[in-house]
Amino acid sequence: MANAAMPAEKLELSYLDVSTNKHKSGILSWILSVDHKRIGLLYFFSMMAFFIVAVTFGFLIRLELIAPGKTIVDAQTYNQLFTLHGIIMIFLFIIPGLPAVFGNFFMPIMIGAKDVIFPRINLLSWYMFVIGGLFAVISMLLPGGSADTGWMFYVPYSVRTNTNVLPALIAAFILGFSSILTGLNFITTIHRMRHPDMSWFKMPLFVWSLYATAWIQVLATPIIGITLVLVGVERILGVGIFDPALGGDPVLYQHLFWIYSHPAVYIMILPAMGLVSEIIPVFSRRSIFGYKFIAFSSLAIAFFGSLVWAHHMFTAGMSDTAQFVFSFITFVLSIPSAIKVFNWISTMYKGSIQPDPPFLYAMSFIVQFAIGGFTGLMLGALSVNIHLQDTSFVVAHFHYVMFGGTGFGIFAAMHYWLPKMFGRMYNLKVATWAWAIVTIGYNVLYFPMFIMGYLGMPRRYYDYLPEFQPYHVASTIGSWILIIGLIIMFTNLWVGMRRGQKAGMNPWGGETLEWKVQTPPILENFHDVPDVHAGPYDYSKYEAKKEATK
Amino acid sequence: MSEHQHEEAHVIEYGNYIFIWLGLLAFTGITVTVSGIDLGNWTIVIALLIACVKSWYVLNYFMHMKYEDVVFKIFILTALFTFFIFLGFTFWDYSFVR
Amino acid sequence: MSSTDHAAVHHVHRDDYGSRMGMWLFLFTELILFGGLFIIYAVYRFTHQTEFHLAAQELNTTIGLINTIALLTSSMTAAMSITAMQKGNIRFSKTLIWVTIGFAFVFMVNKYFEWGAKIHHGIYPGSKDLLAKPEGEILYFGLYYVMTGLHTFHVIVGVIFFLFILRQINQKKIEPTRYVRLENSALYWHLVDLIWIFLFPLFYLIH
Repeated sequence: MANAAMPAEKLELSYLDVSTNKHKSGILSWILSVDHKRIGLLYFFSMMAFFIVAVTFGFLIRLELIAPGKTIVDAQTYNQLFTLHGIIMIFLFIIPGLPAVFGNFFMPIMIGAKDVIFPRINLLSWYMFVIGGLFAVISMLLPGGSADTGWMFYVPYSVRTNTNVLPALIAAFILGFSSILTGLNFITTIHRMRHPDMSWFKMPLFVWSLYATAWIQVLATPIIGITLVLVGVERILGVGIFDPALGGDPVLYQHLFWIYSHPAVYIMILPAMGLVSEIIPVFSRRSIFGYKFIAFSSLAIAFFGSLVWAHHMFTAGMSDTAQFVFSFITFVLSIPSAIKVFNWISTMYKGSIQPDPPFLYAMSFIVQFAIGGFTGLMLGALSVNIHLQDTSFVVAHFHYVMFGGTGFGIFAAMHYWLPKMFGRMYNLKVATWAWAIVTIGYNVLYFPMFIMGYLGMPRRYYDYLPEFQPYHVASTIGSWILIIGLIIMFTNLWVGMRRGQKAGMNPWGGETLEWKVQTPPILENFHDVPDVHAGPYDYSKYEAKKEATK
Repeated sequence: MSEHQHEEAHVIEYGNYIFIWLGLLAFTGITVTVSGIDLGNWTIVIALLIACVKSWYVLNYFMHMKYEDVVFKIFILTALFTFFIFLGFTFWDYSFVR
Repeated sequence: MSSTDHAAVHHVHRDDYGSRMGMWLFLFTELILFGGLFIIYAVYRFTHQTEFHLAAQELNTTIGLINTIALLTSSMTAAMSITAMQKGNIRFSKTLIWVTIGFAFVFMVNKYFEWGAKIHHGIYPGSKDLLAKPEGEILYFGLYYVMTGLHTFHVIVGVIFFLFILRQINQKKIEPTRYVRLENSALYWHLVDLIWIFLFPLFYLIH
């Protein structure tokens, strides 16, 4: 629970006050900074700008779908809306979200380091993030409008359409590069800059998840890089790699696309799971159950997640053998995720629950992620997939894991860590109300999509049969409730960070290193790194107190 | 981090490099010769195997992998393994009747 | 203790091992980048075996061989330049780097003539001569141009890296007790060589 009254501490100047370059203050001291904490914030604010754009597109999509036929936009514009909504959300929000903002800010502190190992490459990653984002935005503004191919850029349409596919491809390529640089920075940092007393198995689980994620970023991203380059080259030079008119195989494009894009979803979810593994122990006042299982399950998910990509292609025309293999491994892959869920629940058992907003968002995460994961298994079954592929069921499934999962993970991270980053606490009551509205709105928005998908509503369709309308109306109303909740949530955080009560060093009672440094942290995080021998989840003194007061 | 900054660098003598280079040229010669012989599908297999042998020498000696910490070796095995998975699993689709 | 006065914060602990580790990780991304192209090559060769054989006959094995030898030799000189630096022979190290760059130029000039000849014969992406050929041949040449083109791009990048290194040696930022950047540039160069080691048999030695 938040500490309401803290003795006034004599605070040193924090990273917010001290620059790493010759500019003492002002915008240049920020955008030329190599301090991982400032870079985390640069990511945070630029990401939020893109998020707002993508949410707006989502809002418009749902508004269009409230009634059959044209409601507010024509079909072409509708296609462009969902394309950009997908590109921005996936490449500019969900993939970088937790690693680039919170990984950058907190991972070095959590391992007792003063920064990442390559601070200038870190800044370069952010520049590429912004430039990539600008290319995505530019694609909207150039004549012809944004791409209308869907975020997957499937060939041959992506080679033929006259919309601005090229800027979108360039955007995705640059953003992939940004992701790669972050990944290699994190892997090397975790290997080389851990405090000498922090062995691998004394690292927080959030760091483990970032490590596994970073490997996927490094090894999978280049595939999408080359694939998108090839689409660009086909568009410009007519090379003939995937274009069936020139002998190419469009299914091969799908293979290459999903070889990255499936592991990409693990880039999205692993850090969120890592975060939940941090939050649950803190707010249950109990040590995490099965630390090693959770750590290894992150690696297992990263590995097995690279073996299942073609489960996105069951109806594309692959061999039966391929279908069996990919379906089978998809089922195997659910096991390490389930292990995590069991471990989280076991951690809470007999714990002393503090239902503060970070914990509440973590709870929503667990339920929503479970629904998303379970419906993913349904889609992984070949016989079922034939009926559900390309319906709203798929849309609901991936929103439950990406938004209900990672999205809520990002919200949880904000509520958990913003007080540490800015030194102020937000209003907990308002935050709780916002959480309730967001959760309710979210589920009203997406759950009906499962039902109508099952009943046959196709995805990406601008128009639909009248029998689906009640579900669409419910879903659109859900989107309004959600947006209201998001506005309350963000406003509350904004006000809290600017004018809230000062947060102390450890408002939540966490045991990882970021809660043992000054709030907000000083420039190089530590003067002396506190003792890490007890490990990151040592709640023995709380447990002892509980025993004593029984 | 516990490692000291100025590790003892392993110096490979010029002669060793020349020796490796000669070996690489020899393997190149073998590849070209073998490709002139019609062995059906085996030609490409042999050519690729020789390419792997050449790569082994470039990696271990020119790129010093032999003298690096075991962590680097695990890293490259991970990367190669991943690549072969991508390649191999794609062939689940193409090797069998579609 | 106030940290206001640390403008450039870093009494950075130099970590050559970490620096090389980061470089290797970057090399893996290049490996997988080209790997994607090799996957496409494998699939199309598997599905269009005869046409690949046919198309490959248009390529000149001798030029390919000269390029292979050029790159293998340049790899050797790049590796040797590190030995020279370690031994304190800065002059010799620079000479070896220039030799490496020289071989890179041999490669690029060869490539220029090779492509030039192809284009002159009407074989280039989108050309009507190429489009008149069977599918498998169109795919072969598409891959040929993309893969050798991307590879040559990396050759150019490798040369630019070495030029930077030469400058840094002149500025004494690289010297016998501090040369990890030279090592990393050489690693990049060896990767360029490695890719060609596979490109050569796959494109030039299909008989």
